[in-house]
Amino acid sequence: MSARFKPGDRVRVRKAYPLGHIRTPFYIRGHGGVVERLCGAFGNPEELAQMRSGEPKQPLYRVRFLQTDVWPAYRGNPGDVLEIEIFQHWLE
Amino acid sequence: MTSELPPGRGHHDMGGLLAGRVEPVEHDYAEWERRVDALRLLLSGIKGGRTLMTVDELRKNIEALPPDAYERMSYYERWVTSITQTMIQRGVITTDELGRKMEQIEKRGRR
Repeated sequence: MSARFKPGDRVRVRKAYPLGHIRTPFYIRGHGGVVERLCGAFGNPEELAQMRSGEPKQPLYRVRFLQTDVWPAYRGNPGDVLEIEIFQHWLE
Repeated sequence: MTSELPPGRGHHDMGGLLAGRVEPVEHDYAEWERRVDALRLLLSGIKGGRTLMTVDELRKNIEALPPDAYERMSYYERWVTSITQTMIQRGVITTDELGRKMEQIEKRGRR
């Protein structure tokens, strides 16, 4: 699976709520951020958790979000960010 | 609190929920906890053996714990429960074998 995004790209986390083993935190779904880096490609944990191969490997990105975007009541520095590693199939 | 969560949010997926202050404490591992850790490592196959479970299965079966069990259990209690569940799912052991072994050990303990 080739990498669709590059550092600096604006992305949005898919707002989906399927069952299963999901590494994308609930609270970040639907939020927009910026790709900070490509971390590499790894077996898909959603498949690996179900005794399947996890192939093809999925690109994993570190995505940067503004804290004030994620938490409406955030009172820290407005420049504070949150970085989360998210698999490509959760980004659009 | 689970009933107030939106559908699709697992009990374990609690990031961002109010939880009060986090108090870091030092923790000495008990012998059985070290064994559980070693067991998980060996079952993952990274020491050269067959892969009998992935870390993702470990996580999946921890996430499947009922919320009250998840809260009540310690870190390695969750691990050993999840490892056991995975071994049953993969057919490494059967529920019947497990039950009989537990019975046997319980009797041994009472003597």
